[in-house]
Amino acid sequence: MFKRIAFSVNGKAFNIEVDIRESLLELLRNHLGYTGAKKGCGVGECGACSVLIDGVPTDSCIYLAVWADGKEITTIEGVASKSGELSAVQKAYVEEGAVQCGFCTPGLVLTTTALAESGKEFTREELKRELSGHLCRCTGYQSILKAAEKSLEGHICTCVDSPHYKGK
Amino acid sequence: MAYTVVGKSVNKVDAIAKVTGKAKYTDDFHERDMLVGKILHSPHAHAIIKSIDVSLARALPGVEAVLTYKDLPRINYATSLPGYVDDGTETECEAECESDRIKFSTAGHPYSLDPGHRDVEDRHILTKKARFVGDDIAAVVATDELIAEKALQLIKVEYEVLEALTSTDAALKEGAPLIHEEHEGNILASGGFAIGDVEEAFKESDYVFEGEYETSIVQHCHMENQTSYAYIDSDGRIVIVTSTQIPQIVRRVVAQSLGLPWGRVRVIKPFVGGGFGNKQDVCIEPLNAAMTIAVGGRPVKIELSREESMVDTRTRHAFKFKIKTGINQDGKLIGIHISAVSNTGAYASHGHSIAGSAGGKFRYLYPTKALKYDPITVYTNLPVAGAMRGYGCPQIFYAFESHLEDIAKRLNMDPIEIRRKNLVEVGYVDPVSKNKITSCGIRECIDKGKALIKWDEKKASYKEQRGNKLRGLGMACFSYASGTYPVALELAGARIVLNQDGSVQLQIGATDTGQGSDTVFGQMVAEVLGLPMEMVHVISTQDTDISPFDTGCYASRQTYVSGMAVEKAALEVKGKILEFAARMTDIPVDKLELVEQRIIYKHSGESVLTLEQVAMQSYYDRVHAKPITSDSSNNARINAIPFGVTFTEVEVDIKTGKIEVLEIYNVHDSGTIVNPLMAEGQVHGGVSMGIGYALSEQLTFDAVTGKAQNNNLLDYKLPTIMDTPDIGVAFVETYEPTGPFGVKSLGEPPTITPAPAIRNAVLDATGVAFNRLPMNPQRVFEGFKKVGLI
Amino acid sequence: MYNITGYYEADTLAEATALLAEKPKLELIAGGTDVLIKMHGKAEDTELFSLRKIKSLEIIRKAEDGTIVIGAMATFARVFKDPIIREMIPILTEAAISMGGPQIRNIATIGGNVCSGATSGDSASSLFALNARLKILNSLGERLVPIQEFYLGPGKVALKPGDILTEIRISPEDYQGFGGHYIKFAMREAMDIATLGVAVTCKLQGNIFDEIRIGLGVAGPTPLRCLEAEEFAKGKDISVETVAEIGKLAVRSTKARTSWRASKEYREHLVEELVQRGLKIALVNAGGAELV
Repeated sequence: MFKRIAFSVNGKAFNIEVDIRESLLELLRNHLGYTGAKKGCGVGECGACSVLIDGVPTDSCIYLAVWADGKEITTIEGVASKSGELSAVQKAYVEEGAVQCGFCTPGLVLTTTALAESGKEFTREELKRELSGHLCRCTGYQSILKAAEKSLEGHICTCVDSPHYKGK
Repeated sequence: MAYTVVGKSVNKVDAIAKVTGKAKYTDDFHERDMLVGKILHSPHAHAIIKSIDVSLARALPGVEAVLTYKDLPRINYATSLPGYVDDGTETECEAECESDRIKFSTAGHPYSLDPGHRDVEDRHILTKKARFVGDDIAAVVATDELIAEKALQLIKVEYEVLEALTSTDAALKEGAPLIHEEHEGNILASGGFAIGDVEEAFKESDYVFEGEYETSIVQHCHMENQTSYAYIDSDGRIVIVTSTQIPQIVRRVVAQSLGLPWGRVRVIKPFVGGGFGNKQDVCIEPLNAAMTIAVGGRPVKIELSREESMVDTRTRHAFKFKIKTGINQDGKLIGIHISAVSNTGAYASHGHSIAGSAGGKFRYLYPTKALKYDPITVYTNLPVAGAMRGYGCPQIFYAFESHLEDIAKRLNMDPIEIRRKNLVEVGYVDPVSKNKITSCGIRECIDKGKALIKWDEKKASYKEQRGNKLRGLGMACFSYASGTYPVALELAGARIVLNQDGSVQLQIGATDTGQGSDTVFGQMVAEVLGLPMEMVHVISTQDTDISPFDTGCYASRQTYVSGMAVEKAALEVKGKILEFAARMTDIPVDKLELVEQRIIYKHSGESVLTLEQVAMQSYYDRVHAKPITSDSSNNARINAIPFGVTFTEVEVDIKTGKIEVLEIYNVHDSGTIVNPLMAEGQVHGGVSMGIGYALSEQLTFDAVTGKAQNNNLLDYKLPTIMDTPDIGVAFVETYEPTGPFGVKSLGEPPTITPAPAIRNAVLDATGVAFNRLPMNPQRVFEGFKKVGLI
Repeated sequence: MYNITGYYEADTLAEATALLAEKPKLELIAGGTDVLIKMHGKAEDTELFSLRKIKSLEIIRKAEDGTIVIGAMATFARVFKDPIIREMIPILTEAAISMGGPQIRNIATIGGNVCSGATSGDSASSLFALNARLKILNSLGERLVPIQEFYLGPGKVALKPGDILTEIRISPEDYQGFGGHYIKFAMREAMDIATLGVAVTCKLQGNIFDEIRIGLGVAGPTPLRCLEAEEFAKGKDISVETVAEIGKLAVRSTKARTSWRASKEYREHLVEELVQRGLKIALVNAGGAELV
């Protein structure tokens, strides 16, 4: 069974029939060629498949393709500029050594991009919390956190009055 | 030694490809009309298949092939591809036909010409006897995954269920059923080594201590699951694109498993999303090859799910140790006797090598007059254990470094002092391997770690602690190796081509699975040829048709062993460049040097030619043109021993049993550090894995059925970013004279000592010794309850 | 690929109930983080009915009578960020942020969490302590079900074919004057399910407990309240001894069992310990002095 939906990926408009059985991840990877989103578990436990849907980090493996109707999707392929220049987030990941096998990297770069674009301030703990939906087995998260902090330079808050997740 | 590029934190050569989504992994390639292969796994831990009926599955529209053991080739059967698939003539002789089928080993070791040194060949591609929950019984090839899943459900299997041996104790029990008929007592192998007379040593010792320690089954959890696709090309060859650490070994094992000439198999390794040893095993490729053969060479993909990847590939061997140690009043170790039982699960895979490696690498740290090591490796009806980062060493060092801590406590000795008294020194020759310690910075590592964690200051301040949250300090040391010599072949290859503009391509047979070896090799070439990194193009894909021969990514061997081949290839190209320049200028070659893409006079530094001029001539000179290339191979019959230490501080919540790592530092002597930023990354990842090993990770099984209870990333407690403390890293850069640019290994070592260091810190904080991993809250609660802390 | 054999959506609740009356066997799907995960790797045919387009179900508001009304389709991210919830019932804010990871919270809904019927549901213990009532709609009308009556057993809830959970309601008498605290005890600090969820609220009168409520998750086959401990606390002096006794009594309401995740003994020990820890913070949040 197919359903027609209209959506965009990295600014490019699509109006196509999608298989109702497929996840957004499968639509992106298998039909549209956006293979930057990775499948690590298929059940939202690893974050490798994360894409931004209307700017919000989402596990595309447990998001049905039909739900993309009317949405603006950003994949890792859409983060660098059209002329090929890396974004500040991408540069930070490269320079801080936050990339090893690279399988978790697209999702992490996208989540970090969403945080950077939110304009909000984060404490270090909050930043870790925001990145906690991405599992990585290579880096021990150290350089990833450094890259995220570098990406959010000026938005890392050391004060205590930001909305703190652990209560009072 | 001063280098220009070696020792610099240059950016990873594939980092840009990976942050832009351009890096292609196995699953990112699409073949038109790719079929999907799925596997029927055994629901029983130990059972004989009485019958399999696949007729309904075969009849399902969209199903292209169904395979069982009956469809696989007999010994020396299929030397040509046609006629390979099930001919339907074997229903009369099933038992015989099974024993007739080709058995092979999946272990990612180099082949040995000595039959006695080969891996144990104890498995079929599809089995007639299930030996663990998850064993491969049958396989389906279909047009899509849902049809394949449906077809699996239509396969009717009648099992005769046998007793499931879900522990080494059960497997070793008198009269236990045999998992493999050929292995009596369910013992795969036994045997270690003995140096001196350990019983005599105990008699000479002032004290003799004993202890028992146990580690758990854990899993690699590389983020990319095992995945491959295979097809037959127009040449009649099987091409397999796969996520592997060992393309050359995959080629051999696939050919062996199907009775094919080795040259009929081609293996391609694109970018790999982590391996940690699990992809040093040939898990899915033989079946994938059988699948494409079954459908006339059409492309078939096997993409394991996470749930499959966690039980149907490989795990880390759980060990049980008994250690007896003789020691003198002054803390000098006199004799050590270590007995070990290693649980290899249902098939041998790397088998007894893990136990062997544990003892072999442990031997370097504390040379004693007498050391006896008695390991046995036991089959059980659990998932198959194989290689995993550290290869037996996280197990043995957890046991021994815990044991030594207990001894220090009993003798009221400082835990650091007791270690210092016994550490190895440069010049020591291991009596078994004959490897010589040619560099050793372990003492400096300890000094650095001790200072970093403020050991003395904190020790003093925690003396009078009270309350429900207690802090403590712990440390542990390790030794390792760089490659497998003298146990196995250490062959590596590298090839360099000089381009017209003076840049080069570097091809290596070694595989980068994320750790950064491609970058390190690029740096080595840049160093030798005086090139900037952007003029060294490293080919990241390995293709057995194209790449030079190298046995692969394991044993922390590549920077050291493959680095030798790379250095050799670069020196050869440099020599050829200078010779060519000498011919062009008539200046004697020994008067020339290559510096910053110029050929200069050695004595004055005066430029003679640019590298580009030489390169252009090498391609286009009407008389002398001969492109400058090198194709080197290096057989490293040598090893170098890296060392290091973990220091940690923990806080224990007595009432809940939760242990928090407050600070942790790993200090390594890995010789020259080629790329500090990437080296730190190796340590971060290894320490994080070690923390998981210590505190939370364990693959658990139902004791009766042998079924895994937590084979997914929610229930298996791999640390998240929230669970990982800041990890401190430092290096003591010795110069290893046998290594290229003075290097020693680094990849696996960081995983080895976090667990014992954390265990020792918990002991320091609470007085309770946890001799079993992991120290998860449930276990810690039980431990505290036992001693009346709660 | 999921084995979805049919896919339906509705734009309004009226359409939804009408369709469900016609096809009561449809599987309702909200955020999808439970439903799709259950379908993962299974070959059973499933027809889905998505509520995602019904935007009215996402609203969180405070009614005139002070009742806090949480639309069933409000995501955990939305619940976490909502200023009304943060101010009035922060134990639900704390519960919301403890759930899964950010990507999951961005799509998982509070209604879906409740309807999955898991004792480990991250919203459950807080909603129990808050005496939440669930508004359930079908083509015949609507009804309010106290949350304690909604959970019937592991994965089983009081939804009949054709029913849709539309709102979660919390009355002013269940939060006004209360201070609370939520503790999720899990093996990991993120991306985990609770070993034990403890939500404690309390109302004080001077130096005595006026009322306390203890909601527990994973202390039995369904989330539960510790009524014996709650009854005991009424009118007692606020003291370390009282809190200790409350911790002990809380265990008596639990029906913990041993599983591979944790033993019964350990779970009961955690109940005793964490109820005390939760209550000590809750009473400070209720305006009391810190107990030392």
